Amino acid sequence: MAMLTSSKILTSLGAQAPALGALQLRASSWWSEVQMGPPDPILGVTEAFKRDTNPKKMNLGVGAYRDDQGKPYVLSCVRKAEAQIAAKKMDKEYLPIGGLADFSKACAQLALGHDNEVLKSGRSITVQTISGTGSLRVGANFLSRFHNAALDVYLPKPSWGNHTPIFRDAGIQLKAYTYYDPKTCGFDFKGALDDISKIPDKSLILLHACAHNPTGVDPKPEQWKEMAALIKKRNLLVFFDMAYQGFASGDIDRDAWSVRYFIEQGHNIILSQSFAKNMGLYGERVGGFTVVCKDAEEAKRVESQLKILIRPIYSNPPMNGARIASTILNTPELYKEWLEEVKGMASRIIRMREMLVSNLKNEGSTHNWQHVIDQIGMFCFTGLKPEQVERLNKEFSIYMTKDGRISVAGVTSGNVGYLAHSIHAVTK
Amino acid sequence: MSIFGEVPLAAPVAVFKLTADFREDQSPNKVNLGVGAYRTDECQPWVLPVVKKVEKIIVEDHSLNHEYLPILGLPEFRSSASKIALGADSPAISENRVGAVQCLGGTGALKIGAEFLRRWYNGIDNTKTPVYVSAPTWENHNAVFSNAGFEDIRPYKYWDGEKRGLDLAGLLDDLESAPEHSIFVLHACAHNPTGTDPTQDQWKQIADIMKRKNLFAFFDSAYQGFASGNLDQDAWAIRYFVSHGFELFCAQSFSKNFGLYNERVGNLTVVAKDQDKLNHVLSQMEKIVRITWSNPPSQGARLVAITLNSPELFAEWKDNVKTMADRVLLMRAQLKEKLKSLGTPGTWEHITEQIGMFSFTGLNPKQVEYMIKEKHIFLMASGRINMCGLTSKNIDYVAESIHETVTRIQ
Repeated sequence: MAMLTSSKILTSLGAQAPALGALQLRASSWWSEVQMGPPDPILGVTEAFKRDTNPKKMNLGVGAYRDDQGKPYVLSCVRKAEAQIAAKKMDKEYLPIGGLADFSKACAQLALGHDNEVLKSGRSITVQTISGTGSLRVGANFLSRFHNAALDVYLPKPSWGNHTPIFRDAGIQLKAYTYYDPKTCGFDFKGALDDISKIPDKSLILLHACAHNPTGVDPKPEQWKEMAALIKKRNLLVFFDMAYQGFASGDIDRDAWSVRYFIEQGHNIILSQSFAKNMGLYGERVGGFTVVCKDAEEAKRVESQLKILIRPIYSNPPMNGARIASTILNTPELYKEWLEEVKGMASRIIRMREMLVSNLKNEGSTHNWQHVIDQIGMFCFTGLKPEQVERLNKEFSIYMTKDGRISVAGVTSGNVGYLAHSIHAVTK
Repeated sequence: MSIFGEVPLAAPVAVFKLTADFREDQSPNKVNLGVGAYRTDECQPWVLPVVKKVEKIIVEDHSLNHEYLPILGLPEFRSSASKIALGADSPAISENRVGAVQCLGGTGALKIGAEFLRRWYNGIDNTKTPVYVSAPTWENHNAVFSNAGFEDIRPYKYWDGEKRGLDLAGLLDDLESAPEHSIFVLHACAHNPTGTDPTQDQWKQIADIMKRKNLFAFFDSAYQGFASGNLDQDAWAIRYFVSHGFELFCAQSFSKNFGLYNERVGNLTVVAKDQDKLNHVLSQMEKIVRITWSNPPSQGARLVAITLNSPELFAEWKDNVKTMADRVLLMRAQLKEKLKSLGTPGTWEHITEQIGMFSFTGLNPKQVEYMIKEKHIFLMASGRINMCGLTSKNIDYVAESIHETVTRIQ
């Protein structure tokens, strides 16, 4: 087929441009040496799921919220915000490079709390970004360019799969600190402290603010406190990734507690926020990147450099999602409604966790499934081994990533029984 | 001691600073001829009627949601956008060797293309591969390519300041002497900032040399439809290259021709020798996208896809585009007439010979400064004006001001 195509081109070229000898027309392509990129493991799960014809199939791969009918959920406050925006008939002029100011301001307030001293003193800068990924990317580029010490980034083990390639592409070395304990399916607090105590001065440590992805394992407040003190002692720069504020416990203040605590303790943090999950604005790409600086003057300098970084990537960010988020955050009735809806989503997830465990018990499973309830947020590290995951794929049409991670959002009251039955079958 | 203690204050991006200065200016006569965005004759932004229609369709369709798009973007957007550039009947499309990546505006498309080329174009490390951009060019081209890791970004001769037109001999000369495999960023139409495009015959000469010297064509198409008012005419150069067997990239922007500036709607069209190569290229672009923005924004792409895929809406859109292009052509004609009737020193034919949103007036930096400070008319230091900033109400004032400036300041 390829050869046929080439010769067709050669013939037509020969007819149209007699001056160009056939020999000079490259039969080869510029792209002959381009390797086929490996398929994205998470998307691969979805592809396999789509092909499966089993009516009981379950997609527990991608991290997007589903309602109890297994359908995508557009928040009511989002629809209302959209209607309000449509009625205003606004223009479509370019946003500033740093994005919609009303959005950035509200985004920072949401994370830090309205009364935060940082916001009052103007010593932070928040720019609108292309959701969480875009925020991390801008952050990685900024650190690579301006961090005035040799920069290694320490990620928790494990971390979101995309963290590593993002930082690496910005020229940053990746290292890890112990985090997940596979024996308990919980937090290896001692292991984490041990590793953190050895991280060199001025390195960067990445922390998941809440609802750790992929494990769902979060430190308790007392543990966060010890980590904050140790990190301060080690003089590390803290980069918080907060993609699930509100989505974890259902309470936005509780979910942001770690971020606020660290700031209170004197850490000038860097923060990535996403509104993909907590506002269901996945495809609108709404996020923020914040740098807490020493003072307002430094914040101004940092802001100017962030703009220089952003301009050659995408010039300025998209309006639609930021406008929706800003409308919700800045309109009291909509904000109130949003808080309720976020709580609703988080509560459904928590309920599914509880139902899964009680169903497993009813199936007769003798394993300890407490971690399913102890973990928080969209994801659950089940502790299932790769062979068991494969059996779930092949025998039960249940799809998840090989590490045993399930997206609890894909569980409904209608299919939790089947899920428990299947997990029990492969683990008994 | 802050880790950011030594972060210097960066200079603001010139074109945005100009608008900021314009906003602060108190003069009732002020005119903004800076940023490249369309304005109506009332000097207002214009949301295209077809866009308003489709936005309404989208917001009222509750079957639509906000789920993630695929990494490469909305399929119906990508394919219809590529058809706009290459023509629906393009043999390359029917041969299944055309693909695309939905990107964040034209900038995003250039970015993904540049990142891909640096990694995969000619061997796996193209940091030293020369990238040629026109002299002058859109100010962000340099930054896009250098941030993608290219270390050798060079100008190719383009604008002849004396004759106020294309320096064809210089351009062809630079093509001839470029190292093999060099990358050339070509403006598909309505060159930014000069408004000066090669003729069809000149494009043929350019293509000849590029083919012979194995130079890579990376088209930047930000004004299709906006230049002549006709989509096909504005895409002639791209289609010529494709029909002559070039593998190429085309970074398309829908900011201007759809007026969707802030929704960041762009498309990187990829033309490869065959489908297999195309798939390899797209698979690697997917990896680049994933570590840059993961997946693109949904709203603008949805809007464009709905429009392009509906015969009535598509016709309405073409009409809206022609409205914009026609107003620009009218302002060009009128500005030239007024300058001539004022007897303004110099030649002003270039005002109507140039095409698209911008005109390189030929005003020098001192004259530009005078225009801004004394006449409160804001334009870029290069002498570039945005024709869309001209209206029936301010065109006399602008013409008189240019006249005054050129007579007083040399």
